[in-house]
Amino acid sequence: MDKKLQPIVQTLEKDFGAEAREIFGEVEVVLSSENIIAAGQKLRDDFDFALLSTITAVDYFPEESPRFHIVYVFNSLSKNLQLTLRVPVAGENPTIPTLTGVYKNANWRERELWDMFGIKVEGHPDLRRILMPDDWDGHPLRKDYPLGYEEPQFTFNFEEIDLSKPKGEM
Amino acid sequence: MGVEEKLADMGVVTTTLESAVGWGRTRAMWPMLFGLACCAIEMMAAQASDYDMSRFGMELMRPSPRQSDLMIVAGRVSRKMAPVLRHLYDQMAEPKWVIAMGDCASCGGVFNNYAVVQGVDEIVPVDIYISGCPPRPEALIGGVMALHEKVEKLKIRDVL
Amino acid sequence: MATPYALPEVTLDQIKHLVSQRALDGETVLLNMGPQHPSTHGVLRLLLELDGETIITCVPDVGFLHTGIEKNMESKTYLKAEVMTDRLDYLNTVGNNFAYCLAVEKMINVDVPPRAQAIRVILAELQRIASHLIWLATSSLDVAAMSVFLYAFREREIILDILELVSGQRMMTTYIRPGGLWRDVPVEFDDAVRNVLNTFPKRIDEYEALLTKNPLFLDRTLGIGKMTAEEAIQWGVTGSTLRGSGPDWDLRKKRPYSGYEQYDFEVPTETEGDVYARYLVRIKEMRESLKIIEQALNKLPLGPVRSNDRKIVPPPRSEIGTSMESLIHHFKLWTDGFDVPKGSLYAAVESPRGELGVFIESDGGPKPYRVHWRTPSYNNLEALPDMTEGLLIADLVAIIGSIDIVLGDVDR
Repeated sequence: MDKKLQPIVQTLEKDFGAEAREIFGEVEVVLSSENIIAAGQKLRDDFDFALLSTITAVDYFPEESPRFHIVYVFNSLSKNLQLTLRVPVAGENPTIPTLTGVYKNANWRERELWDMFGIKVEGHPDLRRILMPDDWDGHPLRKDYPLGYEEPQFTFNFEEIDLSKPKGEM
Repeated sequence: MGVEEKLADMGVVTTTLESAVGWGRTRAMWPMLFGLACCAIEMMAAQASDYDMSRFGMELMRPSPRQSDLMIVAGRVSRKMAPVLRHLYDQMAEPKWVIAMGDCASCGGVFNNYAVVQGVDEIVPVDIYISGCPPRPEALIGGVMALHEKVEKLKIRDVL
Repeated sequence: MATPYALPEVTLDQIKHLVSQRALDGETVLLNMGPQHPSTHGVLRLLLELDGETIITCVPDVGFLHTGIEKNMESKTYLKAEVMTDRLDYLNTVGNNFAYCLAVEKMINVDVPPRAQAIRVILAELQRIASHLIWLATSSLDVAAMSVFLYAFREREIILDILELVSGQRMMTTYIRPGGLWRDVPVEFDDAVRNVLNTFPKRIDEYEALLTKNPLFLDRTLGIGKMTAEEAIQWGVTGSTLRGSGPDWDLRKKRPYSGYEQYDFEVPTETEGDVYARYLVRIKEMRESLKIIEQALNKLPLGPVRSNDRKIVPPPRSEIGTSMESLIHHFKLWTDGFDVPKGSLYAAVESPRGELGVFIESDGGPKPYRVHWRTPSYNNLEALPDMTEGLLIADLVAIIGSIDIVLGDVDR
């Protein structure tokens, strides 16, 4: 672990009961969802992690508790450090608190979480779908959502598929 | 030589109305200024200095669908974009033609998934398909020339 | 209508929390801009609330190019999923391959030979110039400078010819592969790149002569779309857009990868944070990229261009006909792929637009369990409403040009 990262991880462990682990040479800190706002605030104000690079999620379906891991990647420009936080969330009615109060750009990333994974973000100012159409059914990046693969048309099955395909008319 | 000399002598050329109309339509076929993804960059390259599509009388991209005759669907069409594309097509004045540029517009390409329409022919009728991911600018020009040939042979009755 | 595709109805009620009270009272005008609009650089839709010609609120609506790349990559092996990465940010195809391969290589712990590293750098920098040329062409077209468009596309063809020379494709190269490169560059490569190095500085001077002191251009760009460094960082803005506001944050310099630490180059910054400052930064970046290419080409080491680990890198074509083992490796690699140890990784590179990061989670199998792309345009676009408030629509067009978004990068 990077020497400069050590005190930060220790603080997170002490204050929020977080658990640190190292994988492929990068540090990952796991903590619970009620602490994420306070942890984000601490990272920004005390340790100068001013840049929230991304927020994403991983779906561990069919596991139920926790089904999702929300992944936050923070960057510190002044100290040249990178830190990944992970927040486990249960599968039934998944909810996390919003980080928009601390990092402005969490807004769109959290909308993406709702759109793609169906994770509700409490306190979000504008929780609409962002990438999919508003009337879309389901959350595409969940593991129980099908890829939507369609059989390609070849000469031998051309007619069969052609009949079921919609056609654009004049 | 042939035609020019006769022109000079007589001042009159006879042809069928159909071929005159077809000829006229291809000589000022204005495409709609409308790009979706990667292919749009090659479409821009086709109009820019090296390839210069204006040699074929079609340099004038019109941003308004009301003024254009040709829609070049350049890139993948997502499910969210599909209604917009159809809406644009409906706004174009008759007669109108569609070129599906690239694999994604023709058949979905490498993206066989929930988000991409598997071929733009599900939404609008397509006249010419151009293969390639993305097609080279030459391929686009070739596709447009093929469309011109098609249009010149059209019977007026079929179009109207 | 014959198709099931009809435009969805949107009521004012659904968007009332996004616009001001004056719009609900009918005092201001709501205007839809895009997704088919010549100067939104793709299929971006903006909902504008206007008082006369002044923008009160600007609400971007993205997703019109959502391609499902992240989901689709989960269903392919690591080698085959790389084809998807090209199509993300289609102006920076080499850079996308680069980010993906660096992440995968770090996970499977494979060494890349120095020659491959140097060639990667050369191609990534050439691609950076090509991408900046597209930005220059389209953004100056937006502020009504048509001739720059023709100049920039002329030069871009030279770079695309080099990419075609090495990989056989103009745009979607997939030339950088996990463990090295697809194959070595042909002998003409050196001359072709030197040709770029010799001619390009003069060409950049030409663009500058057309724009840098052009009063019409200055009127449209100076003091427009201002953003302070703090604001930019809060919005997660990276790349040239951030460097136009002051911070010299460049991953090539701060966290060198693929041997960037060997090359001597500067990170250009400006402090104004307006459209003109971003223009200056990008022009200077093109010159710095040329410097990097020159250094990398001058000390281009000899040797292999891919790792010898047959479990990860397919054997060369010549071996397949003579060696049974190679044939088996080749077959196994393209049918089963290679296994990646369990765990997750976030790796980032500096793309022409900013921090291009890829998050890969592996479950120990041959297919990625989850791939997430941290695309720079997504964050840069999110900052747009902040920059545009109180300006005119004409300025909005200049600002969209200056943050250099690629919609394939935003929507993935």
